[in-house]
Amino acid sequence: MGNVVQSEARGAVRFSSVEVCGNMAGLELLSDQGYRLDGRKATELRKVQARMGVFAQADGSAYLEQGNTKALAVVYGPHEMRGSRSRTRHDQAVINCQYSMATFSTAERKRRPHGDRKSTEMSLHLKQTFEAAVMTQLYPRSQIDIYVKILQSDGGNYSVCVNAATLAVIDAGIPMRDYVCACTVGFVDETPLADLCYAEESGGVSSLALALLPRGGQIALLQMDARLHQDHLETLIEAAMTACKGVSKVLDEVVRQHLQESSVLSGE
Amino acid sequence: MAADMRLPSIRKAVSLLDSAFDRKDLVVPGDVITSDTGFMRGHGTYVDEEKLTASVAGEVQRVDKLICVRPLKTRFNGEVGDVIVGRITEVQQKRWKVETNSRLDSVLLLSAVNLPGGELRRRSAEDELTMREYLQEGDLISAEVQSVFSDGALSLHTRSLKYGKLGQGVLVQLSPSLIKRQKTHFHNLPCGASIILGNNGFVWLYPTPGQQDEEAGGFYTSLEPVSLADREVISRLRNCLLALAAHKVLLYDTSVLYCYESSVQHQVKDILKPEVMEEIVMLTQQKLLEQEG
Repeated sequence: MGNVVQSEARGAVRFSSVEVCGNMAGLELLSDQGYRLDGRKATELRKVQARMGVFAQADGSAYLEQGNTKALAVVYGPHEMRGSRSRTRHDQAVINCQYSMATFSTAERKRRPHGDRKSTEMSLHLKQTFEAAVMTQLYPRSQIDIYVKILQSDGGNYSVCVNAATLAVIDAGIPMRDYVCACTVGFVDETPLADLCYAEESGGVSSLALALLPRGGQIALLQMDARLHQDHLETLIEAAMTACKGVSKVLDEVVRQHLQESSVLSGE
Repeated sequence: MAADMRLPSIRKAVSLLDSAFDRKDLVVPGDVITSDTGFMRGHGTYVDEEKLTASVAGEVQRVDKLICVRPLKTRFNGEVGDVIVGRITEVQQKRWKVETNSRLDSVLLLSAVNLPGGELRRRSAEDELTMREYLQEGDLISAEVQSVFSDGALSLHTRSLKYGKLGQGVLVQLSPSLIKRQKTHFHNLPCGASIILGNNGFVWLYPTPGQQDEEAGGFYTSLEPVSLADREVISRLRNCLLALAAHKVLLYDTSVLYCYESSVQHQVKDILKPEVMEEIVMLTQQKLLEQEG
């Protein structure tokens, strides 16, 4: 019952889940038949669509949709340090991330000033994630800017941002050890649910966000704010890693397609 | 004023030949290129558990035992002798910092420029104080790469009369990979304008200058009004460059000139319309093929 009160307080009436949330009495995240609110199975991801090279001005850019969550990522650099010179590192490039949400990205229209606590935290998480994957030691005294904007938010903002930014970094031709893929996983009725949407996220599920370098299986970032029994952590991480690997397959396809198209265009 | 508006249209699908689908030389980050340890690690690769792995998405190039991966799109990697067009971002002691689309700002030393008064003039402390009179922030220059520092920054020089400050003209910023390497990057095009094709992807279009003053040392800029005819030619050339770049055609004097010739039947502003662009570029490519064939 506690869950219901919480989601009411947040006014969680959103896109696909309007009917479901309307029926507050029994918010059942996983039906007896094993289906979720939006008809997915427990381990099923949302549909991912992406495109690279959407801007001509930036060094790299990408647009990515994961279900109803949509993000735009732009990369500038590596370039000379701008702004505060004191942050210059003589052995590696500095990664500068900025996360923002469009005013129209959520059900409630809201001006989101630059640098509020939530987006600052998200920017820091993104920075940490990409510092693990980008080979910064190749560009001493430079700076790499990664700007991500959420155009429509339907859960899993962090993971969608990471996935979009990965494509943008690859588009910019910046060396990376591997793709970074991220996914959120929730834990309901002893079952891990992959790639939560907003209705599930706000339903009081303990969820975990994980960013993975899929080929080596290294974890770039792991974040969990909720309470979870220690025994379940292993299964949850396991499920998140499988989901990330699923995402990486989709991203891989997008990159290869883009590579082939552009190499055909350049007339070889 | 009439504006040209259009609805978003579906992108034309690039026709991929079957052969393009299984090109073995295209890799993405994390792809293992070879697990043979007999190869040398070049740009765009790293060694992970004794396996040579790609770190960028692009094309594998093999020279003898050296394996590199060349990304499709990247910043300018300067080499000694490259002609560049750049913008001054900072005036420091004895040096200017120049933005050249490189991964670090390039350096132009006071000792690497020709000051007014001839080659053999000594550089005094006074010159250091008046540096901003020669070049200030925001000025555009053409220069040549003199050397590359260990961290990848470029050192430039303008010790030739063809280099120096740029006066009136138009800058077009394109991808460095589109510029064809040639013996000369300065061209006086017969259509009535001149062009500097910087190796860093910055292209400078300007009216063909008359007799140059030797004493100026490349810092003199004419502020005479440019005639309308010249301005039209320059605008047309600019749009032609953008059209060629959109279709990924290599840029050099002949391709630019052919594109200009193919575009004369259209108005300058119409060149940027996608369908006109396509037509012009097709014509240009035909002409280039005929010339080669």
